[in-house]
Amino acid sequence: MAKIVLNTIINGENREFLADERDSLLEALRERLGLMGAKEGCNNGNCGACAVIMDGRLVNSCCVMAAEIEGAELNTIEGLADADSLHPLQEAFLENAALQCGICTPGFLMASKALLDENPDPSEEEIRWWLAGNLCRCTGYDKIIRAVQDSAQRINSSS
Amino acid sequence: MVATEKNRDTYKVIGTRPVRPDGTDKVTGRAAYAADTQMTNLLHAQVLRSPHAHAIIKSIDASKALALPGVKAVITAADLPDTDSDSTQKLLDNVIASNKALYHGHAVAAVAAIDVHIAEDALDLIQVEYEILTPVTDVREAMLSDAPILHPDLRTSLQATNVDTATDIETNIALHLRQERGDVEGAFENSDVIIEREFETSWFHQGYIEPHSATAFWSHDGQITIWNSSQGPFVQRDSIARLLNLTAQDITVIPQEIGGGFGGKISVYLEPIAAVLSKVTAQPVRLTMTREAVFQATGPTSATYNRIKLGAMHDGTIVAAQAYLAFAAGAFPGSPINPGVSCAFGPYYFENQLIDGFDVVTNSPKSAAYRAPGAPASEYAVESTINELAERLEMDPMELRIKNATSEGKPNSAGAPFPRIGAKEVMDAVKNHPHYNSELQGDDVGRGVALGFWHNAGLESGSSATINSDGSVSLSVGSVDIGGTRASLAMQLAETLALTYEQIKPHVADTDSVPFTHVTGGSRTTFAGGWVAYELGIELREKMRQRAADIWDVDIEEVEYTDDAIVKVNSDEEKTFTFSDLAKKMATTGGQISATVSINKTSQGPAYAGHIVDIEVDKDTGKVTILRYTAIQDVGTAIHPSYVEGQIHGGVAQGLGMALTEEYYYDDDGHLVNSSFLDYRMPTALDLPMIDTELVEVPNPGHPYGVRGVGEVPIVPPMPAIQQAITDATGLHIYQMPVSPRVLLEELLESKNLSSNGHGTGEGRL
Repeated sequence: MAKIVLNTIINGENREFLADERDSLLEALRERLGLMGAKEGCNNGNCGACAVIMDGRLVNSCCVMAAEIEGAELNTIEGLADADSLHPLQEAFLENAALQCGICTPGFLMASKALLDENPDPSEEEIRWWLAGNLCRCTGYDKIIRAVQDSAQRINSSS
Repeated sequence: MVATEKNRDTYKVIGTRPVRPDGTDKVTGRAAYAADTQMTNLLHAQVLRSPHAHAIIKSIDASKALALPGVKAVITAADLPDTDSDSTQKLLDNVIASNKALYHGHAVAAVAAIDVHIAEDALDLIQVEYEILTPVTDVREAMLSDAPILHPDLRTSLQATNVDTATDIETNIALHLRQERGDVEGAFENSDVIIEREFETSWFHQGYIEPHSATAFWSHDGQITIWNSSQGPFVQRDSIARLLNLTAQDITVIPQEIGGGFGGKISVYLEPIAAVLSKVTAQPVRLTMTREAVFQATGPTSATYNRIKLGAMHDGTIVAAQAYLAFAAGAFPGSPINPGVSCAFGPYYFENQLIDGFDVVTNSPKSAAYRAPGAPASEYAVESTINELAERLEMDPMELRIKNATSEGKPNSAGAPFPRIGAKEVMDAVKNHPHYNSELQGDDVGRGVALGFWHNAGLESGSSATINSDGSVSLSVGSVDIGGTRASLAMQLAETLALTYEQIKPHVADTDSVPFTHVTGGSRTTFAGGWVAYELGIELREKMRQRAADIWDVDIEEVEYTDDAIVKVNSDEEKTFTFSDLAKKMATTGGQISATVSINKTSQGPAYAGHIVDIEVDKDTGKVTILRYTAIQDVGTAIHPSYVEGQIHGGVAQGLGMALTEEYYYDDDGHLVNSSFLDYRMPTALDLPMIDTELVEVPNPGHPYGVRGVGEVPIVPPMPAIQQAITDATGLHIYQMPVSPRVLLEELLESKNLSSNGHGTGEGRL
């Protein structure tokens, strides 16, 4: 199995690493880089548990080949919080009890971040539309939607 | 210890909404789930699965796979231990098929390799010779006398008297169960109105987002350690021991964070395979299922066929009720027919009733527990029939229910009297709810209402607690935390000790560290684990009093533990310790104070739910849109109301999936053709509205804090509520679940053709 050398910026840091040419980005993150925050729920882009932001765009990392990230900039769940504080989305998810088992949470947080980066004041309908690519089986989405609304308010009132 | 019902107005911690202890790890990606397990010298495994639904395995040749560089081992059923026990053999056969593949996706061999891609390649090199047999996936077809037989040795077991079911012939019917009281036949004869309806439900998968995963290490000293995704580490430890012919003490299960279960992560699938691969290679082995395998080979709940007959008087009194329930068990006996039977008429008291239940094997994955196992299917059938009876009697459907409601002291289906229950309180709350009394406006809209009943479970739980020198308390629990139970258990300990929530540090322990604890399931964890927390608190209070008495050299009877966690002697102001002051002194006055408690309680409180739904039907596509949803439930005492609401939201969402979009498609050869999240269509954020909840609190007298358990019953009412709403919107009675757009559109077209005076064929098929 051929190996490839990849250079990327992950959560602001330059990373050079060896991947298998057959690795998906998800496999490379988890098995080659030890970044276990992105989760595999389906491995075919249906559930969004592996969502990361690649060059500013939300992607399902299971549907990106590792080889495609050469030179790219990635943001993963591991980089969402600052050293001294959680991201407002993370705080809002905690305070609104927007997670139960937590397996889908990293994907929801990254998808929500991508949404708020693009649309800082989304309506409920816009949130539901944007997050329709992320499956959650525990919450019925109610508290997740409220957490995103709450987070948008927090971000907007502090800026 | 007698359970006492404290006045809930005095609670300081119970009823608040603190952030869960494991929350930060789960929003930062740090929480360790089973598939995240990494360790030195780790191998990666994959499972080869049968492409056939029913086939004899004639031979397996792994030589080419073993020759692939990087492949360390290939195992088949021959590498697992022999057993004399038929039931153990059936469990082993489900883990890995021995001589027959019984469903599409049934495991037949497994590979361990140095890299996951090499393991994948190796699967293609394993040569299996099959003799294909005719499969049967439909429950009623499987019951026919000429159906293909899955297990030639299977005979029907009877839990019924006065029935003519044969017990001495080859069959797929594993069990015939009957519960009855009164004279049903006579009561039907005297009824003013009789209604009889047939219903079908599809297979529904639990749909947890995290696939099953297990890492095993079988050490040279014979000790096995398992890191896995499990609802019941102790139950699984015992099950793995049985399957591998070992003792429980040979095995430690270290549960990782679990990415959803809903009943589906109680059975073992991967653990024995990973363990045997580890034994063969003397290396740790990690094995994670693909999503396709999760759908193909782990337990959905049973597909069912149900027939309900009700006899009523003109005033709405239901005098006779009969149910015939046939549940598909999948490849091995064990559908949830027992709770299906016992829950069918759960919200009601009928003087004369008769329920027959059948457990039937089919060429599909072995069914597993799924949230209120068995209850959604049987109660869907009963609730829908009651709604139709209300139509026939021209009665308000809630009036009809209230007239026939069960209550404390009335017998349940098995004859035991109900304790204090909230059935009537829930029914009244539905009837009086603004949603129920609002006017529904618009075209093609409809409203539905239905109830749900579930027993809840008690069972064994155990935990330990240790007071730390800083005044915090470490709580080690045996229950894995799927939806916030670290918080709900810590809150009950904090309440009992009169400490703050933040002073309790809960931790999920492994199977060597705390007493046996049954599964996180049955809505039992906050009930039973909370009872343990209460008893731990009482014991720690006593020990703190004794320690203070020893320090002051007074009798323990003189020492009080106050509602502010002050330990003091009333007659002597000098003799006062705060909890923290006394905790600081522990080391020099006899050592740390700790307690371990284990219980086995049967006083769980049954749960009732009532749901109201408004929908809109798109008559061009058959798509149903949920406009408004209200879920009312007797939750006993809501320990952490946000997580109680969350359980209800989640149950409603899963129930709506059953009602509208989720189903297993089998082709004629028994192949499951929709084993992906795209094609097994679970509700997304866009499919649901906000779900309003109303928590009715009728405290369970069988629990120190009145806890009933909340997780399961909310999955029960959505199917019948949706069924009625569709009838209200379209005039159509549809007797199958899900009512997917395909089903509804066909019915709409058919009714249009029938009513368009000869323009259509009457078939209306697309």
